[in-house]
Amino acid sequence: MTELAVKAHGVGKQFTGRRILQDLDLEIRPGEFVALLGRSGAGKSTLLRIFGGLEPDYEGDVLVPRRRAVVFQEPRLIPWQRVLPNVSLGLKPTRDVTKQSIAALAEVGLADHAKAWPVTLSGGEAQRVALARALVREPQLMLLDEPFGALDALTRTRMHALLHALCERHQPAVLLVTHDVDEAIILADRALVLRDGQLTLDVPIELDRPRERGSREFIELRTRLLAELGVTEEITE
Amino acid sequence: MAAGITAAAPGIAPGAAALAGEPDITLIRPARTTSRARRIPLTRIQLPRIPRLALRAIGPIAVIALWQWVCVAKVFSSDEVVPPTAVLSAARQLWDQGALQSNLLISLQRVAEGLALGVAVGVFLAVICGLFRIGEDLLDPVIQAARAVPILGLVPLAIIWFGVGEEPKVILIALGCTFPVYLNTYAAIRNVDLKLVEAGQTFGLRKWGLVRKIILPGALPGFLVGLRFALVGAWIIDVVAEEINAQSGLGYLINQAQTTNQLGIMFLCLALYAIFGLLSDAIVRLLERYLLTWRRAFKGA
Repeated sequence: MTELAVKAHGVGKQFTGRRILQDLDLEIRPGEFVALLGRSGAGKSTLLRIFGGLEPDYEGDVLVPRRRAVVFQEPRLIPWQRVLPNVSLGLKPTRDVTKQSIAALAEVGLADHAKAWPVTLSGGEAQRVALARALVREPQLMLLDEPFGALDALTRTRMHALLHALCERHQPAVLLVTHDVDEAIILADRALVLRDGQLTLDVPIELDRPRERGSREFIELRTRLLAELGVTEEITE
Repeated sequence: MAAGITAAAPGIAPGAAALAGEPDITLIRPARTTSRARRIPLTRIQLPRIPRLALRAIGPIAVIALWQWVCVAKVFSSDEVVPPTAVLSAARQLWDQGALQSNLLISLQRVAEGLALGVAVGVFLAVICGLFRIGEDLLDPVIQAARAVPILGLVPLAIIWFGVGEEPKVILIALGCTFPVYLNTYAAIRNVDLKLVEAGQTFGLRKWGLVRKIILPGALPGFLVGLRFALVGAWIIDVVAEEINAQSGLGYLINQAQTTNQLGIMFLCLALYAIFGLLSDAIVRLLERYLLTWRRAFKGA
């Protein structure tokens, strides 16, 4: 049996009678970058929250690593703590932790913002702090819940490059929840589509990097994913 | 750049030829614009530079000036209202007797003790009810019912229970401070953003870590609102308690002045209450500035 970062079997979840997830199986290997696509309300975030330990009542069997980190769509920084203690939130404040937190901030290019208040950061900066906060834990599993959804297109592109570089270096298993098909193809090793409570598509993405949106393989894959999501290109373009 | 504008001009303004002698930049104005609109007077954005303290002083000073004018103009008889100058002379007279200092001090002490006790109890109850559902279910109905009882109606009972010493006054003030602190702190605890609590959970904060790092600091702004209400309430209850049953304090002074019909002293005591109200508010503002820097930060240094 190969080693796994996520082993979920028969996962189900319902909210007050409405079934969101049904008998879902998913395995993620260590270091694998998986993008989870789905329409709004399909249950993507719910699945991620189950893996993050934020949904208490679910059905099935879920095994996840002890060291996990979540990056939400909003940065969720603690407003009354400066940037550095936000990064080391929940860790024992030893000298090593401080050093690692500063290093993590440096990795996302914000070393000189360690003493800033969160409210003074731009949206992109705040999300980079949230990334640093996830990284400093050296997670075996990173759970990203539409982390770039609220950012402008330019910032998002830069964040894609940053996230890719960080994942290359730290090699966590990643589950990226997104509704952006291009984002999934650019970043992930594997794309999943969640539909009617189950994973209806599971494709490896084997395009060479850097991945170009204009390439034939990119467009083919995008068309296939969009079709699975119930969207045809003519409508979206 | 200029070339670009010139090249584009024929398409935009058909009358461009007539403007040949003018600088390039005018070519982009619509042909029909009158010459009056050509130059818009520009101005630098100027923000008012009056110091905050001066601005905040304008209101009270205006009220005092109006008060003096009303008296000088004899709008009311001097049996009803005395001018600020008369209040000042009453103050000087009482000060020379030593009566002002001693009574002021005793009132201050009662308010401080009652406030400290009331705030402590209010915060304690708010934390119990805010953090634990069981605390809320057991205590909140009792507190809400007690809150509905007018504190001033308790004065006679307080005298029967605690006598005529300091205790009844301090306890009444404490009661008055407990409720606003309780209500606001409790509401603030329950209003702490669930998303932040979740973030704390995913990053390894356990129960007390969440309380210490997220829930209590998040409830601080609400607590400070409660503290403001408590400060005002403390002074109100102090004066009533002292008017009914005391041998000292500002309320006692007012009562004495009433029996001897000394309007100057009565107005003096009321003015002192107003000043203490203002000072109390200023102290909480300072506290807010210090404790809530993270919130102010967006206004810049």
